[in-house]
Parts: sequence; structure tokens; C-alpha cells
Amino acid sequence: MSRPGLLSVADLGREGIVELLHLADSFAQVAARPIPKVPALRGRTVATVFYESSTRTRLSFETAAKRLSADTMTFTAQTSSVTKGESLRDTVETLDAMGVDAMVVRHASAGVPARVAGWVRAAVVNGGDGEHEHPTQALADCFTLREALARRGGGQPADDLKGLRVAIVGDVRHSRVARSDVLALGALGAEVVLVGPPTLLPPSTEGWGVAVAHDLDEVLGEVDVVYLLRIQAERLREAFVPSLEEYTERFGLTRARARRLPEELLVMHPGPMVRGVEIDAEVAGSARSLVTSQVRSGVAVRMAVLFRLLARAEERAGG
Amino acid sequence: MAEARLPTVVLRGGTVVGADRAERGDVLVEGGRIVAIGPGIEVPRGSSVLDAGGCLVGPGLVDLHAHLREPGHEEAETIETGSRAAALGGYSAVVAMANTDPPIDHPAAVRAVAELAKGALVEVAVAGAITKGRAGERLAPLAEMAALGVRIFSDDGRGVQHAGLMRRALEYARPLGVLLAQHCEDEDLVAGGVMHEGAWSSRLGLPGQPALAEESMLARDLDLVRLTGAPMHFLHLSTARSVELVRRARAEGLPVTAEATPHHLTLTDAEVAGFDPLYRVNPPLRPAADVAAVRAGLLDGTIDAVATDHAPHAPDTKELPFDQAPPGMIGLETALSVAYGALCLGPEDDVPGWLRAVAEPDAPSPRRSQAPPVPRLAGAVELFRLMSSRPAAISGLDARGGHGGPLAPGARGHLCVFDPGERWRVDPGAGASRSANTPFASRELVGRVRHVLVAGEPVVVGGEAQR
Repeated sequence: MSRPGLLSVADLGREGIVELLHLADSFAQVAARPIPKVPALRGRTVATVFYESSTRTRLSFETAAKRLSADTMTFTAQTSSVTKGESLRDTVETLDAMGVDAMVVRHASAGVPARVAGWVRAAVVNGGDGEHEHPTQALADCFTLREALARRGGGQPADDLKGLRVAIVGDVRHSRVARSDVLALGALGAEVVLVGPPTLLPPSTEGWGVAVAHDLDEVLGEVDVVYLLRIQAERLREAFVPSLEEYTERFGLTRARARRLPEELLVMHPGPMVRGVEIDAEVAGSARSLVTSQVRSGVAVRMAVLFRLLARAEERAGG
Repeated sequence: MAEARLPTVVLRGGTVVGADRAERGDVLVEGGRIVAIGPGIEVPRGSSVLDAGGCLVGPGLVDLHAHLREPGHEEAETIETGSRAAALGGYSAVVAMANTDPPIDHPAAVRAVAELAKGALVEVAVAGAITKGRAGERLAPLAEMAALGVRIFSDDGRGVQHAGLMRRALEYARPLGVLLAQHCEDEDLVAGGVMHEGAWSSRLGLPGQPALAEESMLARDLDLVRLTGAPMHFLHLSTARSVELVRRARAEGLPVTAEATPHHLTLTDAEVAGFDPLYRVNPPLRPAADVAAVRAGLLDGTIDAVATDHAPHAPDTKELPFDQAPPGMIGLETALSVAYGALCLGPEDDVPGWLRAVAEPDAPSPRRSQAPPVPRLAGAVELFRLMSSRPAAISGLDARGGHGGPLAPGARGHLCVFDPGERWRVDPGAGASRSANTPFASRELVGRVRHVLVAGEPVVVGGEAQR
């Protein structure tokens, strides 16, 4: 049997999320030290197993592992024996046999981390699988939001996001970030509305606990946070949208649209951003944007995830 | 097989399943044929006695839909291994689908496969492709293949996409006395979907294919049957609306027949939640309301037959990510047990938990069938009608080969002895199929095939293949 891992936000529940956010609070403070490193996972090895190119997520996990003093290994499909036809299962079993303690798995197909977890002894962390989930991004988003709200309120970060109204805008259908965020934000009590043309929303939101809207301008006055998703040019070919121009006109956070918004409305984006399409460059860099904070939070929550999965019980008690 | 070497066999103490009733009795088989049926048959000297106590003794099963993979994918299955799996599953005959590599779309391919099938444990009827290369563009030489005995034509694995071509195929086939069988799947609507489009696909982030992808081609083809008057068979119906469309077409008197698979009777799209490609299949597993509607369709006679769609794939292909793995499940060795559990056992029976869960869906689905909500259960007669006599009649294996019963003196000795009392757990590694991609792995099934006679030869005795 494999160790516990992190495959879906659904596995965590509210308590699991809050526990990780608390851990991330302390690890965020580590980042502020002159030497941002703790010996918590010395001797443990974390492998990033990436079958899909991603600089940000991989570097974020590796930074997190290194700040915990874990050894890291990098496997990317472009440089590996995958090109020689080695199967996914052979590859991860080989890594497992080398004694890796955790594998962060990213793959263009939904469900690969879950399958890998059934094959290896190492703890498996979902680093983004197809259009399924990206749990650590959702944790980073929750961490970012509660920090931003605490800054605004002047107190300690709260353990929930009750009453917070979040619009997730754009290509929800093809977004693993959106699926994880819906679960995490919902678990913490936020109200979520998905906004986009029906072609870019999931065929069914049964059981999601969200509202659905098709007019961004109607929603914008009603929410506290706008979370924009990337729109990919290939959606045109598949006839999900007629043109990027029309998409931007209807669902992009353009400068004109941003000007009409209340000052306290927050803007988020998981990156990489396509400036000028789903978000205007100036808006992305404005004071209301939490994009940089999301990246920073990513390292802290990934430290929390790795620590929780790999630290021995006595270390967790002391940590 | 030389009839001289055939043993005299007495199947003793079972319940003989006839065309309209089941009665206690023995069956004496001699020289490849049934010579006597009745209680307390005297055992002739030198005959072997097979215990059928507590068992149903019915005609050998007939599968309208098996992929035996030879030629082209012998790593997944061969006619030898596939027909052994069929025998162990209670079959005396199977229709081998045409999507081999190369496909069975010309007379030489028909002859080659028929030659390979000569030594098989069960009778293997060869299906031909409707179009050249199964490409859906030009007609395959239907008449030449029909002259070699091909009775069923299908591009199965794909549907014939173009309505105009399908019309021509039906018109051309009508005087040939053959049957065209459609795999209903509008590829434009499928649009890369790898599972049923609905709550589960949305949650899992897997591209879904709408039920409409099946239903719209079925609706189109029913109209083409009305237009051309040619008979047509519909493979693996899987949605409530498909069942309803066929129900109405039959009420109208259109010459259509249909089949459903054991997996669409028992498994839902919720199985995909673990991303195990064992559960990738076309048509995809559907929600519980569709499963219930397919069962109801079999019980009320809308759907004629249970057919396996036995689709072996080598193990490494089922270790691919879900969306890259080839669709298909094996089913020959489990079909009768699964169908028995799904169709013959009711709430008061001791049904394994996994079967009960599907039978009693907790959430009503918005896509409701017009079918009666609580179907009656099938008895032994209905079970063997769905798995033997109707598929034998549809495939022509009744007239040619004497499959499908009814069991009577003079009939060919194709017999399936099924013990409904035996419970067993499916071990995918233990089967005769060269592949192990069964969705019923580790599940408990009720009822197991004990003995099988094909043309009088005991090919399975005590659950063991004899060669």
C-alpha cells in the first residue's frame, strides 16, 4: 500500500485544509529569515516527476523541498527514457526503488497521480493532472486570500472564508485549478460563482455547490474576488469560443472593466497569464492584484504539504 | 471433430431449460446430438456421467459480439484463447468482429479467419466489415463475403458516420439476406470524449461524450430502416433513450434487433472515479438510471440479447493514463454469471453488495426512461433466451450449426450447464483469455458454468477446459 498523499482537495476536508494553512503560516515566516531553511526533512528525498512542462510549479515544489532540507530529484519527460518508450509505470516504479519518499506528479492526463499512488510506496502529491485537479494551487489561493483579508482587517488570518464571494471566470471546463479551488473555497465557506460562456463551463456542476453565470458585468458588482483563468488559443479550433477578441470583450478583465470596479475588489490568476486576453497588463500589476502573493504562498503551502506527508510523528508534534 | 470419437454423455440431475419452461431431467447426448431428455435416463454402458445436480441445463450460449483479435493483435487474444474463454463462459458459438488488423473486409480475410477457427473449442462465425478498411467511405464487398457464409456485417469499433453511405449499405444488403449491425457513435458529438458526459466527467475533468452521441446515430438509423426496409441490429445499447427509441421502433414494426452488454447492466460511470482504464469502454459506462433502463429493456423484450463485446487488450495498454488507454473490456468468461446476477436475482436474494448498489440507485436522474420503473425478474427460460436462442436466431447460427436450442431429441449437442448456487470471485489472472482487462476483477459473482458441450464434445467439465 502506498503512503497517504495528496491527490485531491476532496481528500483533505475542511480540517485538513486548515491544518495545512496553519503549517504554511509558520513556513511563510521561515521565508523571511536571513537563511530561509529549516532541517525538518533532512535525509528525505522529494522527486518532481513532470510529464508536462511547467516551470513555476516544479520550481515551487523544489524550493519548498529545499527549504525543508530535503534532497530533490527532477524527472521531466523531455530528458528521460520516456522518449525511449519506457512506460509510466516502469518509470515511477524505478524512482520508487531508488528510495524516493515523495513524488510530485504532473501529467497532462487526469488521474495519473492517483494511478501512480497505487503503484509506488512513496507519498504521491498531485502537481496538476490534466483538467482534474491542482490541489496545491488551491491551497496557495486560500492562503493568499486569508492573508489578504487579514491585512485588510488588521487581525490574524481566519480559519475560514465565510461570506467571501468569489467569481471564477473563464475556461472552467478545462481548468484543474478551478476544480481544486471550487472544492477548497467551498470547504472554507466561500461562495463561488463560475462565470463564462456555457461552452467553457463544465457540462454539469451537480454537487459542486456553486452558482453559474454567463455575464461578467452582472457578476462583478456582486463579488469580493475575481479569479481569472487562462484561455488557450486552441479553444478556438474546437469552437468553444469564436475569437479571443470576443472572449476578451465579454469575459476579460480589461482596463475599462477594471475602472468600474470597487477599489477593494481583489484580482487573482494562477498564471501563466495571457496579458491582454483574460487580463489587462496594467490590471495584473495593480494594487488589487494578488498574483505575486499567490506565487509566494505556493512555496509556503507546498512546504506544509511535504512536511505533513514526510515528517515523522515526533517531528510534527515538535514542529 | 470426428463424430466417431465423440463420447456418450449423460448430464444427470439438472433442470433442463426449454423454450418456455424448465423441468428436472437428465440429458443423453450421443454422436454429437441429443438423443433423450427426461427424468431418470438409463446410463448406457461406457458413457460418461456429468453431474448437473442443482444446475440449469440450457442450450449453449451464443455471443453476437466478440473481438478475438486475430489476425493482428495476437498479443491480446487469439481465436484459440478467445474460444477457450468462450467455452468456459458457457458459449457454443461466438461471432468474431471484423475489426482485426487487417480488418475482415474482403473474401480472403474471411477465408483466413474461418480457417483459423476450424480447430476452435466453440463455433466461430466471422463478421465482415460494412465498409472498406472500416473507414466509412466505400462499401466492402458484402455479396462476396455473404457467399462465403458471412451473415453479420459491422464496422464495430466505429459507427458508419455518413448517413448516405449507411443508406446505400442497407439497400445493397437487403436482398443478400444479411444483417448490418451498427456501433452507434457519432464521432462529431463524441469530440474526443473518453467517458459518459455528466456529473462524473465534469468532476473528474475527463472529456465526456454525451449520451446523444449514441442516440442520434441510432435515431438516424431507425429512420434509414424505415426508408429502406432492410433489417438492422444495434450493438451494445447503453442509454435509457436508446432503449426507448428501439422500443418505439419495434412497436412500429420495424425489423430491428438489439443487444446489451453485461457491463452496461451492472456498472455505472462512477467506476471511473479511480481513473482505472479498466473502466474505459465504448459506449461508456452510464449513470444508474441508464443501467436500470437497459435492464428493463432486456426484461421486456425490447433488447433481444446479452452480448459480451469481449474486447481484450494487452496489460500494458491498461497501464496508460485513462484518456490514452484503448476502450474495451473482456467478458466471455463472466457474462452468464453477471447477467444472472443482474437479471435473475431480486432484492430478497443474497446479492453481492456491488450488484445491489447499482440495482438501487439512491439519486433519481433527470434523464428518466419511459420504461416501467421496477421490472420483473428473468427466470431461467428468459436468461437462456437472451443469451442463446435469440442471439442464435439473429446471427443465423440456429439454422447453420443448430445453436440456441430448443433442447430436444435430435438437436445438436450444444449444452451449457450452469450452477446458480456457486459463488466465486473473479481472478483476472486465472482466465483463459490472453488478456486480463475484466472490470469484474475481485468482484463476487453468483452462478458459474460447470460443464459445456459443443456438438456433443465435453469441452468444459467441472469448470475446466478440456483442451
